[in-house]
Amino acid sequence: MKLDVRVKKNLRDFVLDVEFCVRDEIFALLGASGSGKSMTLKLIAGIETPDEGRITLDGRTLFDSERGINLSPQSRRAGFLFQNYALFPNMTVAENILFAAVGSRDEKLSRLRENLSRFKLNGLEDVFPDKLSGGQAQRVAFARVLASHAEFLLLDEPLSALDNFLRRRLELELAEVFKSYGAAILVSHDGGEVFRLAERIAVINAGKVDAVGSAKEIFTRPPTLTAARLTGCRNISAARKIADDKLFADDWGLTLTAKKIPDGLKFVGIRADSLSTDAGENFFTFEVAAVVEDVDAFDVIVRRAGKQLIWRVNKSRRLNVGDEINLRVPCDKIFLFG
Amino acid sequence: MEPLLITLKTAAAATLITFFAGIFLARFVCNLKRGKTLVDAVIMLPLVLPPTVAGFFLLVTLGKRSPIGKLLLQFDVTLVFTWQAAVIAAAVISLPLMYRTTRAAFEQLDPNIIYAARTLGASERKIFWRIVLPNARAGILAGTVLSFTRAAGEFGATIMFAGNVPGVTQTMSTAIYAAVQANDYDLACKWAIMLATLSLTFIFALNTAVRKSGRHG
Repeated sequence: MKLDVRVKKNLRDFVLDVEFCVRDEIFALLGASGSGKSMTLKLIAGIETPDEGRITLDGRTLFDSERGINLSPQSRRAGFLFQNYALFPNMTVAENILFAAVGSRDEKLSRLRENLSRFKLNGLEDVFPDKLSGGQAQRVAFARVLASHAEFLLLDEPLSALDNFLRRRLELELAEVFKSYGAAILVSHDGGEVFRLAERIAVINAGKVDAVGSAKEIFTRPPTLTAARLTGCRNISAARKIADDKLFADDWGLTLTAKKIPDGLKFVGIRADSLSTDAGENFFTFEVAAVVEDVDAFDVIVRRAGKQLIWRVNKSRRLNVGDEINLRVPCDKIFLFG
Repeated sequence: MEPLLITLKTAAAATLITFFAGIFLARFVCNLKRGKTLVDAVIMLPLVLPPTVAGFFLLVTLGKRSPIGKLLLQFDVTLVFTWQAAVIAAAVISLPLMYRTTRAAFEQLDPNIIYAARTLGASERKIFWRIVLPNARAGILAGTVLSFTRAAGEFGATIMFAGNVPGVTQTMSTAIYAAVQANDYDLACKWAIMLATLSLTFIFALNTAVRKSGRHG
């Protein structure tokens, strides 16, 4: 499967102008809310129309402004999963799935049975959507798409309305669902979810593709400031280059040694859990300003000359406000953005 | 009892027309890309015009001297002062209520369920019949009862276009007018109470039905 997307559309606050290619893979559009990622998905599905561009799927043209081609959403064969599930409220679970099922009467029924058991919906056949829990409703939406003619999947924040526990469980089921399809595009603002589910990521910022890469690349070495923010980098500072291997981080008040500093350096970032207590280069003394206990770690706010950083450290360490602590900003873990 | 029967018969026939015309127009206007406001204003006009003005327009466009009236005359049909005229008058006056209520119900639907149906491959026709209509049930029901009640109480357009012919076009509201003119306050009072009771019953039935219709079948 090969999906090529190049679309442009004037939106209220900015021009959406994106280009990417999806092969047999799970591809994620990672962006903050209002970045244009959901709109991109709607343009691919045919729910909204681009101002210009071209969308092709395995050589089949879904949209081409130059040639005046604009296939209806019905004939694009995109399985769209909505954030609010979009189940038909006037139909039972079974009717919702049958509505989408293709084939003869027998084929429809067998698709229904197959998907009911696949998503553990047996016993809920005659229930109306308003009586379903969030997790059940999400499963029905999956079952409905899988029973349909869809050839690839488009998922618009499919798990964001669920609580953490259900979310993690459905993530695993979703990974199974993906195996039935050649390609899937997942839209999300949640870096963790994207990292767990997607193989490749495009970071979207204000309507533009900011960075593309494998999930691993984007997370270990975010190529742009937006990528760093969305992948959960919590210490970001304005910065400037002061020597070949030295930079000054304004918001932290620190002079740091780093490798390969670009000339036009503007920002520097370090993950909260990259800060280390092992002595070495870029070693500074801080004062513990606050300790916030998270589920599986402490978020420690450390201060030096009125400027602060966040340090994430495991709970085996005893820390009190006012303690002095020596922390290293490891050279190889600093992110530099020009 | 005749005015009561004529009222019910006229209102029922008018409601039958507005039911289908209202749903059709609601769908038509919802799907319009341009000129929505203008078309909407034209359909809504009978609601804001004094009914006598609407009746006068009907008289002018469908009366004997109008092109349509002349055409009908060829087939020996005259509309003015007939029961059919009373139905047309009631239908035109009550149509905006049916149309607006239905349109509001259509527009209240979550657009995502329509989008979902489209991406799942359902034709626009199938979407309308299996998703839009069933999910707009409560609104359609409310529109039907409202336009029936309005049709049953129609006076101005009816008296202009259908007159007040006892046994033919005399409804309860025109009968009240005739009775007051003849100084028969007892009779007027009887019809007034009857009409008020009828309207009250329908609105009560409407509220009950809308509450019970809930969100699905």
